[in-house]
Amino acid sequence: MTSGPSRNGVQMAHIWPTWTPERDGGRARAETGVGTGRLRAGWVAAAVGAVALATTLGLAVGAVSLPPFAVAAELADHLPLVRLDSGLTTLEADIVWELRFPRVVLALLVGALLSLAGGAYQGAFRNPLADPYLLGVAAGAGLGATMAIVAGFGGGAGTGGATEVALPLAAFAGALTAVSITYVLGAVGARERSTASLILAGVAVASFFTALQTYVQQRNDDTLRQVYAWILGRLGTAGWHEVRLLAPYALVAAVILLAQRRTLDVLSVGDDEAASLGIDPARSRAVVVVAASLATAAAVAVSGLIGFVGIIVPHTIRLLAGSSYRVILPLSMLFGAAFLALADLLARTMLAPGEVPIGVITAFFGAPFFAVVLRTSRRAAS
Amino acid sequence: MIDPHDVLADPISTTPDDDAAATGPAVQIAELTVVLGGETVLDRVSLTVARGSWLSIIGPNGAGKTTLLRALIGLVPTRGSVMLDGVAVGARSRRDRARAAAVVAQNPVVPPGMSVRDYVLLGRTPHLRPLGRDGAADVLAVRDALDQLDLVRFADRPLDTLSGGERQRAFMARALAQAAPILLLDEPTTSLDVGHQQEVLELVDGLRRTNGLTVVSTMHDLTLAGQYADRLLLLDRGRGVAAGTAVEVLTEHNLDRFYGARVRVLHGDDGTLVVAPVRAGRPRQVTP
Repeated sequence: MTSGPSRNGVQMAHIWPTWTPERDGGRARAETGVGTGRLRAGWVAAAVGAVALATTLGLAVGAVSLPPFAVAAELADHLPLVRLDSGLTTLEADIVWELRFPRVVLALLVGALLSLAGGAYQGAFRNPLADPYLLGVAAGAGLGATMAIVAGFGGGAGTGGATEVALPLAAFAGALTAVSITYVLGAVGARERSTASLILAGVAVASFFTALQTYVQQRNDDTLRQVYAWILGRLGTAGWHEVRLLAPYALVAAVILLAQRRTLDVLSVGDDEAASLGIDPARSRAVVVVAASLATAAAVAVSGLIGFVGIIVPHTIRLLAGSSYRVILPLSMLFGAAFLALADLLARTMLAPGEVPIGVITAFFGAPFFAVVLRTSRRAAS
Repeated sequence: MIDPHDVLADPISTTPDDDAAATGPAVQIAELTVVLGGETVLDRVSLTVARGSWLSIIGPNGAGKTTLLRALIGLVPTRGSVMLDGVAVGARSRRDRARAAAVVAQNPVVPPGMSVRDYVLLGRTPHLRPLGRDGAADVLAVRDALDQLDLVRFADRPLDTLSGGERQRAFMARALAQAAPILLLDEPTTSLDVGHQQEVLELVDGLRRTNGLTVVSTMHDLTLAGQYADRLLLLDRGRGVAAGTAVEVLTEHNLDRFYGARVRVLHGDDGTLVVAPVRAGRPRQVTP
């Protein structure tokens, strides 16, 4: 039976002749693609292309410039079932694989994690401006890293193996400690962790850890420079060490968060209604927040504080490709990876042979870009 | 004087039409008590709603109307028994509850930028496997719900660009896509003008008849409540104080006593009634 207000019945039949059951055929699936919820092939292709482009440029550009097409061929040569002669010399191939590739991969991973975590936080807290550093992650990591540096483990670039292990681990431990305290505090006084109480707890914890960090930092002014360098973010690597440290957390967090992307859509209608749709909102939010915090802590531990990525990338995706988290999360990961790889390319070439902290690059280019996207999308909507 | 226990001793049994008597009631509540923050919000409420019928819960502000709806799907801790389709709510999983009863809240959150189609698709959540994508059955259910509520034209528009009446239809389409036999509506006509109020209630009635739904709603407007529901339950401070048909419940005495309202109940020729507020005992004012 068809129903609906009868005064519109005739009109509807004219506009939607294909919606009668007789003509249905296999169109049902295709029609949902029109909505914003489905991840469209065009966007996936664009995102994968962006990652490939950023990777190629990241490998080609540096102190020794290599022809991008040769680098692309060299990359493709390593794909299964592909045989290509890139024409690079052994030395050039070594530069690509031994020196630049670990750093590019690290940039891709950190960018993907920060963007994914940002998108996930925005969904879990129903706030499009939520940020990966929201729950005290950054402040905790900052304290951990500062203490490691002050204790003499920070070192400059190229110090021994033990120091390179200690700094990320201390930052990671600090980040997780801060998030855990936030989470426990957020539950106090509330029957269940509401978004407001969690965010307030995050503000309190961040202030406290920042105060501690500043105190430790000021007491040891001989290491001020190193602390600041870490706070501004950097992707300096020595081989695959950081990538190996980051990869397991990246994998776990990405799998959990991507599996929750539909749940985040359900959470967007509010806790009560999510519950009436058969979801446990408190538990789902806890899963998302823990996974996103893990991703953020891991990223911060190896790269320092790289701002803006976690807000800009998911928000831009939301404005351009759709508001469903089924779209936002996977696309944020890919575009976030590409964005940070390109930002790192600028960071290490603009003042070569010196480096600009990558956090400066992301803020410098990210914020205006964000403003432009916001403007154009407003205009398109009106 | 009405002793609430007189009402409770004879729990509401809406007139079962035709073959509905063969199956059990859609909703059965016995001695339901809800205590929130130390305050008794519902006090030993009992009621029965027959399959395919429409019960409206009325009562003054703070009487516990919304809490009663929430208790039906296990959103508040309860004492006493709440059965949906013969199965206790507490014995059902969250997903199972969502498959038994769909809710349209009083002021549903409108997610910014979400298309009407995606919003309606959320109604399929309790039918999807945890990592499941929406299958052909889900797509069909969404399309059917859009069709029944005349939303096909709006399917790809963001929900937040729709007017109040259109939004209310989208909220109901989401509930319809949930394919639950029981539909719970919390003040479905709030913030709608009188024409859209009638449109929405006619739609609900149409869905009830076409899809065989059982409807439980809370209502502010007593005239509309009486016109559309089969039975009414009057709550006052958490207690069921009157139950029955509109003629039985909407008496001038009840409305004075429990709402503190001066009203005239006008009976129409077709058996419906109109609750008209009157302004007695006040000096007449001259309109400027």
